[in-house]
Parts: sequence; structure tokens; C-alpha cells
Amino acid sequence: MTRQEVLDLYFMDARSKLIDLAAFLDRVERASGESDFRLAAFEQALSLLRSEQPHKAKAVLLSLSDPSTEPIAKAPGKGACGAWPGVQPAV
Amino acid sequence: MRYIEPHGHMVSRTTDDYEAMVTAGCAAVCEPAFWAGFDRSGVEGFHDYFCQLTDYEPKRAARFGLPHFCWLCINPKESEDVALAEDVLGIIPKFLDRPNVLGIGEIGLNKNTRNEMQILERHVDLAATHSQLILVHTPHLEDKLKGTRLILDVLKADSRIHPGRVIIDHCEEHTIERVLEAGFWAGITLYPESKTTPARAVDMYELYGQANIWLNSACDWGRSDPLSVPKTALEMRRRGHSAQTIDRLIFQNPARFMAQNPRFQLREGA
Repeated sequence: MTRQEVLDLYFMDARSKLIDLAAFLDRVERASGESDFRLAAFEQALSLLRSEQPHKAKAVLLSLSDPSTEPIAKAPGKGACGAWPGVQPAV
Repeated sequence: MRYIEPHGHMVSRTTDDYEAMVTAGCAAVCEPAFWAGFDRSGVEGFHDYFCQLTDYEPKRAARFGLPHFCWLCINPKESEDVALAEDVLGIIPKFLDRPNVLGIGEIGLNKNTRNEMQILERHVDLAATHSQLILVHTPHLEDKLKGTRLILDVLKADSRIHPGRVIIDHCEEHTIERVLEAGFWAGITLYPESKTTPARAVDMYELYGQANIWLNSACDWGRSDPLSVPKTALEMRRRGHSAQTIDRLIFQNPARFMAQNPRFQLREGA
């Protein structure tokens, strides 16, 4: 597809999601109390969108992933929350 | 349009879903063993579930003219309980000869624990011992990258496992390359929130090769859409993909993988 075709197909959808992201951040700012590691991970991933590098979806997924390699001793529960609570290694 | 739903947890879905899928062109549905949303209290619960997958559910699908196949295992969400998992592994062989069983699945990892790894290795051994196809679940969200690496390590360490007979499902942009490069099939799951959208699935199909990839809805009792595969076909049409290309991805590819088990038979003319 040409860039024009991509814009014709997906701009409105991406615009809608962009405004949803902005509204989410506004909502978090208006709310009271402390945030947690998820917001920091979210903001770190957001910064990747301005990168000149290709494969931004992959970069965002990697930034939200557990980078460790060894199995853990015991499951803390069954679910996943979408972000890893540790500190990502520098790229 | 024709398509195959290679990963649908139909015991969680209504007959209306069956009707909608067949109306949209579904030619076969394949159901991996899954977590019920709660932990079963003993091996008897799994016995009943395997009877449901191999007896009752194929009859329910047949009312809509839809061939139903299944995969058997204890899902990684319950394999943290090693004693229960060993009991379940013990009853699986007596179901492997049922006419709609395609292989062992969906095995894999959930939280990437040592116990889950142990039971994954036991499932891989079971599949190798009985020459079964394998369907692998990769973990959710932040656990997927690590889990995919660990799963690949287990599979590659067993010389009896042929990558072309293993589908590694729920791949995303950060895992699909390493799965395909290792020679395994890659599944892409279409979910409203937690996995992949139709647009991202088509991106991956365009970027990472078109040979050994399938799409699935993994529809279950959570937020999921049993029509997400045909909806992704529509996404491909919007991008200008030909009918032949779409057919290859949503029908021929899953048929080619599952036909490695001769039990996978479609209705004449599908």
C-alpha cells in the first residue's frame, strides 16, 4: 500500500485511539492517590513512539515484557497485568 | 469465503455462535483443552471434560454441519499443581484414539514457573512418545516474551520433536520472528484487548512471511469474538489482498498443518 492509502484506511482509527490515550492520561492525572509501576511502564513505552526506529509495536511490547530468563519458583497468581514491575535494562 | 477456526473453546460458546461461524464460512473448528475459569478439584473433572471434548461437543457442532476436532492436555494455568497434573497426564493416552483428537494442546506456560516447566516437559514427552502433533499456548502480556523463549528451549532440547509438527500460538510482534526462524508454525490470536487486532495480524502476515502462519479467535468465556478470523479476512480485502491469498491464510494454512494428522478430514466440497 502507498502511504496515502494507509492514511486513508487507518488515520481516523489511529486518531481515535490517540485521543483515547490522551483522555486516559488526563483521567489518571485527575485521579487522587498514588499510581504504580504500570503508569511508569506506560510512559516509558509512550516515549518509544517518537523514535526514528522501525518496528515500534515490537519495541513497545518488549518494553512491557519481563526480560528475565529463569523460571520462577512459584506462581504469584494466574493473571498478568500488562506491565513488568522491574526496571528494564538499558537498550 | 471459507475458513477454519483452528483454536476455539466452543464448550464456552452458544449455539448461536456455531450458527454465525458456519454462516460466515467456517469449515472446521478445533478446540484445545483449556482452563475452565476455575481450578478443577481432581482428575475426574478432567475425565469428564475430555469426554465433553471428544463426544458431546462434536455432536453439538455436527448439528450445524461443522466438523469438530480437539487437543488434549492439562492447561498450564492448572499445571502449577504437579500432583494433579501427573494424574491428568495419566488419563490422556486412553483418549488419544478418539476420532476427533488431533494432538496434545494447548500446553505451554502461564507464569513461567518451575512446576509449569516440569509439566510442559512431561507433555512434550507424551506427545513424542505417541507421535502426536503439538499446540502450544504462550503466556499472556508481560510474561509472553520470557515464556516463549523458555518454551522454545524445551522443544528444541527434545530431538524427537519436529518443528513442523508444532504450532506455537498467541504470537505477537516481539515473539513471532524467533518462532518462525526456529522452524515452528506460528499462530496469531485475534482478541479485542489482550492479544492482536486484525490490523496488527495482517501487518505480521505481511512482514514475517506467509508460509506457516495461522489465525485464530481463541474464543472462550472471556472477551473474545468467534468471528474474528472472517473479520480479519475483511481487513485483508480492504488492503487489496487477493481472494487466493486470503484463502491460503485462513483456510489452506491451518488445513495443511492439521492434515498432518489423518483424522483431520473436512466435508466434501469444503
